[in-house]
Amino acid sequence: MAKVPIKVTVNGVEHSLDVEPRLLLVHLLRETLRLTGTHIGCDTSHCGACTVVMDGNAIKSCTAFAVQADGRSITTVEGLEQDGQLHPLQDGFFQEHGLQCGYCTPGMLMTGYVFLQTNNDPSDDEIRHAISGNLCRCTGYVNIVKAYQYAAQKMREGGA
Amino acid sequence: MAPKTSPEIGGMGHSVKRKEDPRFLRGLGNYVDDVNLPGMLYLDIVRSPYAHATIKNIDSSKATAIPGVLAVITGKDLEKYNLHWMPTLMSDTQMVLPVDKVMYQAQEVAAVLATDRYIAADGVEAVEIDYDPLPVVVDPKKALLPDAPVLRTDKKDKKDNHIWHWEWGNREATDQLFSDAEVTVKEDIYIPRIHVSSIETCGCVAHFDKVRGKLTVWMTTQAPHAIRTVFALVAGHVGLSEEKIQIISPDIGGGFGGKVPVYPGYVIAVAASVLTGKPVKWIEDRMENLQADSFARDYHITAELAGKKDGTLTALRIKTIADHGYTDAAANPSKFPAGLFHVCTGSYDLKAAHVEVDGVYTNKPPGGIAYRCSFRVTEAVHTIERMTDLMAHEIGMDAAELRMKNFIKPEQFPYKSALDWEYDSGNYAAALQLAMDRIGYAELRKEQAEKRARGELMGIGISSFTEIVGAGPSKHFDILGIKMFDSAEIRVHPTGKVIARFGTKSQGQGHETTYAQIVAEELGFPVDSVLVEEGDTDTAPYGLGTYASRSTPVAAAACAVACRKIKDKARKIAAYLLEAHEDDLEWEVGKFFVKGSPDRAKTIQEISLAAYTNHPPGLEAGLEAVNYYDPPNLTYPFGSYICVVDIDKGTGEVKIRRFVAVDDCGNIINPMIVEGQIHGGLTMGLGPALYEEIQYDESGNILQGSFMNYLLPTAVETPNWETDKTCTPSPHHPLGAKGVGESATVGAPAAIVNAVVDALWHLGVRHVDIPITSAKVWKLLRAAGVRG
Repeated sequence: MAKVPIKVTVNGVEHSLDVEPRLLLVHLLRETLRLTGTHIGCDTSHCGACTVVMDGNAIKSCTAFAVQADGRSITTVEGLEQDGQLHPLQDGFFQEHGLQCGYCTPGMLMTGYVFLQTNNDPSDDEIRHAISGNLCRCTGYVNIVKAYQYAAQKMREGGA
Repeated sequence: MAPKTSPEIGGMGHSVKRKEDPRFLRGLGNYVDDVNLPGMLYLDIVRSPYAHATIKNIDSSKATAIPGVLAVITGKDLEKYNLHWMPTLMSDTQMVLPVDKVMYQAQEVAAVLATDRYIAADGVEAVEIDYDPLPVVVDPKKALLPDAPVLRTDKKDKKDNHIWHWEWGNREATDQLFSDAEVTVKEDIYIPRIHVSSIETCGCVAHFDKVRGKLTVWMTTQAPHAIRTVFALVAGHVGLSEEKIQIISPDIGGGFGGKVPVYPGYVIAVAASVLTGKPVKWIEDRMENLQADSFARDYHITAELAGKKDGTLTALRIKTIADHGYTDAAANPSKFPAGLFHVCTGSYDLKAAHVEVDGVYTNKPPGGIAYRCSFRVTEAVHTIERMTDLMAHEIGMDAAELRMKNFIKPEQFPYKSALDWEYDSGNYAAALQLAMDRIGYAELRKEQAEKRARGELMGIGISSFTEIVGAGPSKHFDILGIKMFDSAEIRVHPTGKVIARFGTKSQGQGHETTYAQIVAEELGFPVDSVLVEEGDTDTAPYGLGTYASRSTPVAAAACAVACRKIKDKARKIAAYLLEAHEDDLEWEVGKFFVKGSPDRAKTIQEISLAAYTNHPPGLEAGLEAVNYYDPPNLTYPFGSYICVVDIDKGTGEVKIRRFVAVDDCGNIINPMIVEGQIHGGLTMGLGPALYEEIQYDESGNILQGSFMNYLLPTAVETPNWETDKTCTPSPHHPLGAKGVGESATVGAPAAIVNAVVDALWHLGVRHVDIPITSAKVWKLLRAAGVRG
């Protein structure tokens, strides 16, 4: 299949690549760029394990094509840690036991990364709605909500 | 109970933060689809659109003409090596790939091997198969009728679709108690087919190294050692030998029982790698996972409970039809075809009980695995907790009062149940009382009465469950003959650092942290000095794996015993170093000291070094131990859950207002992790109670084949769980622990159903099968003349 040239910035690094038009963004990230922190859980955009940030929006990379990322900037879970410092959300998940098997965690983190930028003082109910597109089978969500609150507080205090 | 160790040591009772988290939080976990080997090929599977059909022809020519498609593998190819069928864990047989007919929709029919996963998918589309549809059997009750088509024509002399009959208990005594009963209740309870749906699907990377003759398989398996043995037994005739098979369970994205069986995809990938000498990756997509991997439950139960008018329960009688799909591929201990369903007398002191189960073949995927449950315990708990509630309503007694009246009392333990289990310890009334206090039971009943007078629908439901976990004692528990022990191998190195390896495999339970805490508790090494490894059959000691809440009851016990062996040797070394008699030494966390002279002490780290640099004459050097722990009994965690629901009269929607869960899992290793397990378990109780079900139409088409319609609870539907605990240690476990991973999944659904029925009883509703969808409730309300 004929390939298409794209330029995409991932976690601050620009890549020029030739990709098949049908290549999914999640496979570009996981297989071409070997950033395997972004996971695949359902193929129908219900589970959110593949959530990444594209130009400031949380999107599901299993239902986006790599060519749609041409000229855009992507942040994945590997891009959250800065200068050896975990993002407050990563720290929140650690402190509040917001993860068990860890498979949904990158998606949960990326959804929260965008959500907390728009609302850094959310109610528990607002958090629950914000993560309603991310399924977790292990935690029962209670500690994920706490992890978001932990991060929100740190961010209000100027942690990020 | 206050921890014995300091937070820096981090032994039992400390909420130690998880050692596995840093890699997951950075996206640096290593799940099976992250494994990437040079020259790796991709396998994708062609699946049947029919539930029952003869395969007339498979034409692979268009597929193999696609550049990058290397081969199309069919049942006839595997038949040459006698690998087209494989045994199930229940000694039935299952097709790897079919030669002449398919038995369920989405069954594997052929496999495409290609250089790239997209090309493999192109190949799947291009394989052309001619089918001749056959009559489909979906309903297990119809499957038993004399005129039903016989499905397993591969089995010579098989004249019907009945797999096995199993019964347990005292039929005569039970029947007599029913004859004598002042009051009896009877109900048909269907516990539907559901699916664990871990967020990571199943898959593997198989790599056969032709030069070394060694097969390495990275695989989503909860039981790597057992899988290795199965591979050696099944494929020994084609040259796979157990010492040259290495199964690696990397990080696993949730298991819940779904990653216990051997699925055809694994076997085909291994065969493809052995034939090509190249690494082969096979990863399911979600539809394949939901439509073809092992289901759970699917029990059609008729239950009867007998008692007296004063609320004394006397006997339980159950008949069940178990729909196993086209083969019995359940994952039960071999002696128990219905798992541990016969723990169904639950928390109550009954005089007699009798249980019958009949397994049946239908045109559905095989399975009968647990759904975060110890072998059919959820089915057992659901039945007894529903029946107890039904009896309470029938005789007009409060549901809590009836439970209190019939609980096995603390002084009765160890308690021999009517169905022959020996419960180790319990204090059921204390757990229920705490739950009632926490939720404000009396006030809620008043509120309910007021609301009912106003026509509002509110219900309060209780579930006082008893679990049975930690399979199991070798006398009764084996899988394919392998006894269900588990193991720990602990090595202390000269600098006082420890590697501990286990036969289990975490899928999110936090073993890397909790096992390290046990080492810290027993030997006083700081938890950070202990590296826990599992899941590599080349390095870990043999064990049966992690499922049925068995890691804490079995492998954690092995860990404690191995640590105690090390401590015994450490005492000898300390005595030598201190020039004292062993009997004159006392242990305090992390050191031995001479009685009466606390200054004359050797730390465990000093002893570790001496074990390699200055060991006593006549004693072997080194400091390590192995234990294969054969538990003397199962453990019996328990709890009481209370759920409050409000029902919308207009839509039938059930809204869980509050849910209080009091659990008792004996002594706790890590309270933070235990609470997390309970939160997750409750949510996997909520899902089947209100949302999850897999159904088939009359042609055998699956109706919930993706996350579009198989509904997992999101954060919006999930209530803010309220948890609490009592602590009744297990008397036979070395740490007094019992296990907790599945209690909540087992106990929660009955509390929710009981709450819904409690809200609707005055409208004539006696029972609602799960999942209690809004549509079901809406119909019940309309039938009762209630309008929103």
